[in-house]
Amino acid sequence: MRFRIYRYNPETDREPYMQEYDLPEIGADMVVREALIIIKGVDETLSFRHSCGEGVCGSDAMNINGRSALACLTKLADLAEPVEIRPVAGLPVIRDLVVDMTGFYRQYRAVKPYLINRDPEPEIEHLQSIEDREKLDGLYECIMCGCCSTMCPSFWWNPDKYLGPQALLQAWRFLADSRDQATDERLDDLEGPYKLYRCHTIMNCVEVCPKGLNPTKAIGHIKQLMLKKAI
Amino acid sequence: MSINRRKFDALVIGAGGGGLRAGLHLAREGVHTAVVSKVFPTRSHTVAAQGGINAALANMVPDNWHWHMFDTVKGSDYLGDQDAIEYMCKVAPKIVYELEHFGVPFSRTEKGKIYQRPFGGQSQNFGGDQAARTCAAADRTGHAMLHSLYQQNIAANTHFFDEYFAIDLLRDDDGHVTGALVIEIETGEPLVIEAKATLLATGGCGQMYKTNTNAHVNTGDGMAMALRAGIPLQDMEFFQFHPTGIAGRGLLLTEGCRGEGGYLVNKDGERFMERYAPNAKDLASRDVVSRAIYTEVKEGRGCGPDGDHVHLKLSHLGADVIMKRLPGIRDTCMTFLHKDPITDLIPIYPTAHYVMGGIPTNRAGEVVSVGKRKGTEAVVPGLYAAGECACVSVHGANRLGGNSLLDIVVFGRAAAENMIEYVRANPAHRDLPEKSLEQVEGRLARWEQTGEGPSVLDLRNELKTAMETYCGVYRDQETLATGIEKVAEIVERIKDVRLKDQSKVYNTSRIEALELENLADIAMATVTSAHARQESRGAHSRVDFPERDDANWMQHTLYLREGRKLAYKPVRTQPLTVESFPPKKRTY
Repeated sequence: MRFRIYRYNPETDREPYMQEYDLPEIGADMVVREALIIIKGVDETLSFRHSCGEGVCGSDAMNINGRSALACLTKLADLAEPVEIRPVAGLPVIRDLVVDMTGFYRQYRAVKPYLINRDPEPEIEHLQSIEDREKLDGLYECIMCGCCSTMCPSFWWNPDKYLGPQALLQAWRFLADSRDQATDERLDDLEGPYKLYRCHTIMNCVEVCPKGLNPTKAIGHIKQLMLKKAI
Repeated sequence: MSINRRKFDALVIGAGGGGLRAGLHLAREGVHTAVVSKVFPTRSHTVAAQGGINAALANMVPDNWHWHMFDTVKGSDYLGDQDAIEYMCKVAPKIVYELEHFGVPFSRTEKGKIYQRPFGGQSQNFGGDQAARTCAAADRTGHAMLHSLYQQNIAANTHFFDEYFAIDLLRDDDGHVTGALVIEIETGEPLVIEAKATLLATGGCGQMYKTNTNAHVNTGDGMAMALRAGIPLQDMEFFQFHPTGIAGRGLLLTEGCRGEGGYLVNKDGERFMERYAPNAKDLASRDVVSRAIYTEVKEGRGCGPDGDHVHLKLSHLGADVIMKRLPGIRDTCMTFLHKDPITDLIPIYPTAHYVMGGIPTNRAGEVVSVGKRKGTEAVVPGLYAAGECACVSVHGANRLGGNSLLDIVVFGRAAAENMIEYVRANPAHRDLPEKSLEQVEGRLARWEQTGEGPSVLDLRNELKTAMETYCGVYRDQETLATGIEKVAEIVERIKDVRLKDQSKVYNTSRIEALELENLADIAMATVTSAHARQESRGAHSRVDFPERDDANWMQHTLYLREGRKLAYKPVRTQPLTVESFPPKKRTY
């Protein structure tokens, strides 16, 4: 199988280029991550992040044949040749497939991604009904891989002002939590033309999320809540 | 070479559940703390823990911490230290409530309480009916905990050094640990972080086995750092093989599968655990279930064309339970096996999973080295350890499922508590130990040599194969002796490895070379300790010594890197307030 991989080392390369690799033997169930490990065995100068190998740590997001995906969950059998692998789009490249995620993390931090409850701490757990807990399904599972935000044109244009689908999904995760008491504060923080409202429901985020989550829907819920608050 | 220096009160190395729980406590108490992690915190391997965290909340059936303590002591095959076990089990409910207050989205009962599921080795009333003690967030409990802990650290403004790799500890002539040398992966630049108190929370070392459930990053870095600083590793011969790894793939399927009612069958469709553990059946402790699977396969009752695995059956649970309680498991099976547990049998086999051994600590999280007199301990001033890299020892010879997530938060917090005291009692930084720094820099300089030599990847694979072949589930004198030779040979050959990539910026090959050195040191500790222990206890199964030998081996192994020497210290059989649980024959 033929691979074309984005290469760039700021110490030695004036500009990025695509390098080709051939893997003669491809196992039936092999995923992109396994192929990259084999390629790195041959060419140790290739850098990429990866860790758990089962789609829970979120390290190995990359652009595979034009879309953000996790290398560990993407089967080679499903890909057209040559397999083109680039760093995820919209974030500065550090080297090869490794991007600088500082901006992405900054947007995450901006939504106060933590439970805020100002009551005195109870002796036991806060009670939460099964129904209320179910509202967090499809939200808390986010692995912060960045597949969604790096496929979002609004995020490409305004990565510093628009929070992006990942951060907004997390904003909704806390707004939807029956234990959280900072609804007004959270909504106030999302005011303005950019942070939330730059979502134009393009829905690339939904398309590429490796965990099957739906940031667009979460953003819709936040917009509804903002509207309710306004009237 | 002039190296940048930073000074903090406290340094935490590792940002999984243990490091983050410690970091949070330190930051909230206003201690100036650096948390260093070689991966962004939410990529740490705690994220992959599935089934849950044990605490006797009694939300489902009656329970209390004393029963939890009994189960843990018995599960440890009486090698666990009963003072630490009592402390952990007693504080567990408070620790779990605290996690819930941090925002962990636990699954819920009809009454709105934290949902708990049955797990292996759990009983009510000291060996009676099955307990349900494992608090769960579906089958993503580790993920839920790690993210909540990271989020609270954001709220507390903890100072993170993300993607910094720790090279070695700095230790002065008086034996005090004064910080560590780290490198920033993005730039390849070294940095000295000086601290009054340093915590190692670097996780496990499952990557020393060929087929394992661990992440690529689980290379035992902190354990190897301790070894190189002259600190022993304890009980390294006890390595857990998880019964239900996906056969041949090294992917974990939680014990919660069996906790929710799943069971194992052989090629005849027989529920074989009934023969090995008539009472607990599929929820016997992990060492027991793994050996049973191994025996079924060896005696020709394995499944598949090669008869090399057994099946996990979940289909009788129904779609509703599987989708609600085990959604991640279903995803994993569908993605990697094209099998749906709602209808299909899942091929499984015991897979290297967890190290019970590690850096010896007391229940305050302080690292304890070998004392001057035989069998005694001596605190290493300024150094703490918690989580999988540490050995308190609450798991002894075999860890119970659901006790590792508990271990990391309980002792992450306890270590932080004691670090706070230590930092307040010792307000001045000690002088930077130049001699130690020079030595530590040598470790980096070594990789600047160029030329021809074997590759990191080849040696890493050889090491993993050697460990799997010579130090697996079943062991004997001869195999282990060969294992020592093989690993020693690999340790020698690592000296010939040269890096072709000498660049600085985000050079993952350099990191992997340093990780290989760490793994090899730990593999040596493991196989050497296993060779010496002539009995079978918990996860350490010697074919040539099939019985537990309490008269000679109720003691902890201590392995020292220099001279590959072994020492021993007694098990702490005296709990804090309750009566000791004396060793008994272990049946489930």
